[in-house]
Amino acid sequence: MIPAQFDYVRPTTVEEALQALRDGGDDAKLLAGGQSLLPVLRLRMADPSLIIDLGGIPELRGVREDGNEVVVGAMTSHHDVTRDDILRQHVALIQEATKTVADPQVRHRGTLGGALAHADPAGDLAAPALALEAKFVIAGADGTRTVAAADFFEDYFSTAIGEAELLTEIRFPKYTGWGARYEKFNRVAQAWSIVAVAATIKVDGGTISDARIGLTNMAGVPVRATAVESALVGQSATEDNVRKAAQAAAEGTSPTADADAGTDYREHLARVLTGRAVLAAAG
Amino acid sequence: MARIRTTVDGLVYEDDVEPRMLLVQYLRERLGKTGTVIGCDTSNCGACTVHLDGMSVKSCSVLAVQANGAEVLTIEGLERDGQLHPVQQAFHDNHALQCGYCTPGMIMQSIDLLGDNPDPTEHEVREGIEGNLCRCTGYQNIVRAVQDAASKMKPGAAPTAEAGAKQTVAGGGA
Ligand SMILES: Cc1cc2nc3c(=O)[nH]c(=O)nc-3n(C[C@H](O)[C@H](O)[C@H](O)COP(=O)(O)OP(=O)(O)OC[C@H]3O[C@@H](n4cnc5c(N)ncnc54)[C@H](O)[C@@H]3O)c2cc1C
Ligand code: FES
Ligand code: FES
Repeated sequence: MIPAQFDYVRPTTVEEALQALRDGGDDAKLLAGGQSLLPVLRLRMADPSLIIDLGGIPELRGVREDGNEVVVGAMTSHHDVTRDDILRQHVALIQEATKTVADPQVRHRGTLGGALAHADPAGDLAAPALALEAKFVIAGADGTRTVAAADFFEDYFSTAIGEAELLTEIRFPKYTGWGARYEKFNRVAQAWSIVAVAATIKVDGGTISDARIGLTNMAGVPVRATAVESALVGQSATEDNVRKAAQAAAEGTSPTADADAGTDYREHLARVLTGRAVLAAAG
Repeated sequence: MARIRTTVDGLVYEDDVEPRMLLVQYLRERLGKTGTVIGCDTSNCGACTVHLDGMSVKSCSVLAVQANGAEVLTIEGLERDGQLHPVQQAFHDNHALQCGYCTPGMIMQSIDLLGDNPDPTEHEVREGIEGNLCRCTGYQNIVRAVQDAASKMKPGAAPTAEAGAKQTVAGGGA
């Protein structure tokens, strides 16, 4: 099927995009890589009257260092995230997770900002962003504001981005020297996560000195496995210790039951995958 | 209506299109390039894969207006002077198709993969064509064909995919 009719604008600055959003009102929709939005439009699950294409705004693209943060423009493609040397060195977890998203064609078009703004509970980038304590820079009529990851994801497909606002960049603290692993469980190629676990771990002389763990698809929003994180710190990174700590992974989660898995099975997966992710990240 | 100017398979086209027109529709219905096919409604099958500024994309998931100013390469732009592209030839030689519906997309994605990784392992081929579904072959011969093409495209063996993609050629447009 093809989308219903809409008008199309392609601003070249954030200011112009914000103006177009205000002019377009409720019926305007931002277009990033289009890899979630175009399928939705084609199935006629949405019919905005105005599409604002962010693809012509160079300032929204690219990765740079800023003191002890790494800043990723919202329109940086999944493909570019997987190839970036700064991210490899300082924020490996987001790169590991991005490699598991969809397939090469979708990664060429889809963007980090688009995926996070879309906030699909089965999406692979929200849990790493939460675990990494990323900050979201949101532009609106009164300038920009910064929202912590813990406050950004509000519900299924719903974030702190307001109607006349847009996400401009994602700022990650540096995790230089930390190990990282994204353990994704799905059943067929290019499928979404049934459950996945994002872990980044700091090991000093065989002992885990710090840990950040985020869970994908264990609630309407990504969840931090804080009980596991605190159980790990100070332990030596042995299989036994890690598996024991990982038993707490499903605490505080509220997974759904669907055709892929029931809640019990999702909780089981969270424990098993947390063990695997932490061991790999610490190894 | 929006005016777009694109280079498709080496020829420049200018057209007025509705913003909602998908790139795949533009290629098939305006330019008559029916070599690129539509296999699904959900962006999953990859049958519609083309290259947009040198990168593989699902042309059902890109608007024609987003291709304004860009270069598009389709399956119809691969052959040179009556010679199949090495990846096309390898699909033929290795019986990498049955009904052939997935083939245009498979070949375009395989060329993208080989541009990135000229000597992929079997596993890397399978990952590289993850976004392309085939309901007939069971993929065995497709993987074989991609590896065969890789060996034939090694430096000196044949024109590389990248060099081939950059030449211009009269396409099949209307
Ligand atoms: C076949 C297929 C398989 C996939 N598999 C996976 C997978 O395994 N894991 C996964 O995580 N994802 C998967 N995806 C989704 C993919 O990651 C998308 O790229 C992503 O969800 C959306 O990013 P986008 O840039 O394409 O955004 P778009 O589709 O352009 O936009 C998505 C939404 O975000 C809004 N938006 C975009 N940018 C901004 C911004 N800067 N500010 C405010 N709002 C904005 C848009 O208005 C829209 O509502 C898959 C997609 C496909 C087609
Ligand atoms: S037609 Fe199936 S992915 Fe484009
Ligand atoms: S040969 Fe029939 S779908 Fe691949």
